[in-house]
Amino acid sequence: MSEAVATLETPKEVQRIPLVTNERSLHWITENVSSIVEARTPIWWWLAFFPCALLAMVGLCCIGYQISNGVGVWGENKTVGWAWDITNFVFWIGIGHAGTLISAILFLSRQKWRTSINRAAEAMTLFAVICAGIFPGIHVGRVWMAWYLAPIPDSYDIWPNFRSPLLWDVFAVSTYFTVSVLFWYTGLVPDLASLRDRAKSRVKKFAYGVFALGWRGSNRQWRHYEMAYLLLAGLSTPLVLSVHSVVSFDFATSILPGWHTTIFPPYFVAGAIFGGFAMVLTIMLPARLLYPQLDDMVTRQHVDKMAKIILLTGSIVGYAYLMELYIAYYGQNKFEMFTFFHQRASLGFNEGGWYNKYYYAMMFCNVISPQIFWSKWARSNYIVVFITSMFVNAGMWYERFVIIATSLAQDFLPSSWHHYHPSWIEIWTFCGTFGIFLSLFLLFMRFLPMICAFEVKAVTPHADPHHYRPTANSGGPATGALGPHDAPAKEGHH
Amino acid sequence: MAEYRKVYGLGAEFESAAALMHAAEKIRDAGFSKWDVHTPFPIHGMDKAMGLGKSWLSAPVFIGGTTGLLTAVCLEMIPSFSLYKLIVHGKPYDWRTIPAFFPIMFELTVLFSAFTTVFSLMVMNQLPKWYHPVFNWERFARVTDDGFFLVIEARDPKFSETKTRALLEEIGGQHVTLIHD
Repeated sequence: MSEAVATLETPKEVQRIPLVTNERSLHWITENVSSIVEARTPIWWWLAFFPCALLAMVGLCCIGYQISNGVGVWGENKTVGWAWDITNFVFWIGIGHAGTLISAILFLSRQKWRTSINRAAEAMTLFAVICAGIFPGIHVGRVWMAWYLAPIPDSYDIWPNFRSPLLWDVFAVSTYFTVSVLFWYTGLVPDLASLRDRAKSRVKKFAYGVFALGWRGSNRQWRHYEMAYLLLAGLSTPLVLSVHSVVSFDFATSILPGWHTTIFPPYFVAGAIFGGFAMVLTIMLPARLLYPQLDDMVTRQHVDKMAKIILLTGSIVGYAYLMELYIAYYGQNKFEMFTFFHQRASLGFNEGGWYNKYYYAMMFCNVISPQIFWSKWARSNYIVVFITSMFVNAGMWYERFVIIATSLAQDFLPSSWHHYHPSWIEIWTFCGTFGIFLSLFLLFMRFLPMICAFEVKAVTPHADPHHYRPTANSGGPATGALGPHDAPAKEGHH
Repeated sequence: MAEYRKVYGLGAEFESAAALMHAAEKIRDAGFSKWDVHTPFPIHGMDKAMGLGKSWLSAPVFIGGTTGLLTAVCLEMIPSFSLYKLIVHGKPYDWRTIPAFFPIMFELTVLFSAFTTVFSLMVMNQLPKWYHPVFNWERFARVTDDGFFLVIEARDPKFSETKTRALLEEIGGQHVTLIHD
């Protein structure tokens, strides 16, 4: 049967583009993934790291100032009780979703193109969740009391309310972070072993060796490893869908107009994947530029596919926006109508709602701008892709701000209406989380393999034992000698 | 140099994933039991070629997940129903509010399952194990790069230094080397 596979010729029109272009060998993959970590720290890295670390320090100073002075240093008031903090929390946690989507959902659906981007996307997930976790942590005010969130039977005999969506959030986000760390580390072990085996200095050999756990690539290990990876992917898939659903419950279970809708969980999940992929592109496109050797692994088709996912999820988000408007009209509830048609989608920038310009900015960034990806030209032009993903990053922040600020600032009672303006502490705290995120990512690029080398190797034609079956006339397996179009269509997309 | 050390086994290197898989099929058919192949990535079909069944890692994970679910049930229901009844907005606080407990039940099931997966993986693979005789073989460092290796242990009842070496060479093994403990 295997002979039949080996001789089966795939018709030209249904052949797939190889996942690793230019027929690269296995050693080439190891070399080019590991050399990023092994080479001397490039100048640009320091040039990038210093401002990012500085920004992170500014953010940490703002957090310190806020903790020592109280939440009053923010622009919040009695009407708008949470604004930028919860906006930023939802923004960052949403960004985290692309990593798990790539590593878990695309793994279960056998999307083999995920292999070259999953490591970086998972790292991005972890760093984004760290940034997200800062905001609710400091918003509790007296942070030294944050342990009250955990169900610990303390001396006061007080238990948290298990029926509260805010407590569900504590469990969802901490589970998400922990499971993502476990998943990420499990995936790292074989590549850490690779760095261990290549390391020249004793310190590096020891450090990578300790974390590689003595991995020796034996098939009796791979057998369990593959099962563990499958199980973790199977567990992470519902988890990733649950996390942003639970985040949306923070809003949806309340009775405020604009929040109290059943569309929130799927709409938030689609938005999270949308924003997450935009951030993956925002990071991977410059990384490709700085490390041209990645071009054969993170190819044009990867960018093309991510752009298509942005187009799909952006359109789902657009559908949700329009459906919210329609339901507000159809329901004829006057508070709901007021929120949607006065504060959000109102015409006239002075007479209308206070925040309608942000609503239109959100509409443009999230719904209109990704529509450019219908064109193949736009999907293959990196500058267009980069600019569009920047629009999406901004748009997803606007979306959360619009949801939160419009519903709170002008609610049922006109006498309690209040404007919200962020204080400079809030602004720099938010900027600081970008510093934390980017610094962590730069450190990750420097010390850990950015690409999952062993998984990339496993999707090359050399890895297919059936295709390389030695035949009588070939006289043996010709490693790396076959052209890209000789590979049978085994990538299995779609 | 290493004559006084115990022999761990014989190692052979193969050209490609396919060559290794054929070799594994032959070693399996020859009736060896204490042997293994070492590869840079998991090879599809190798479990069958080695005569190994499906990994049973999912069994402990099922137990872990069940433990997580039961933990969540107890953690939520004991305080909410008896220890510390929290009445919010005058709403019910008894078993009828059970749907509100589902998110945490789900999260803890996933959390416990994920920990069980990773710890069972380490136990079943006997990791961490920073020393292993195969690391004494210089060529073996390529296992995490592009090397395909087959190692038969000396404690296998069918092992014989000369006959096994001949067999490995016959099935296409290169650089057949005696590995010391």
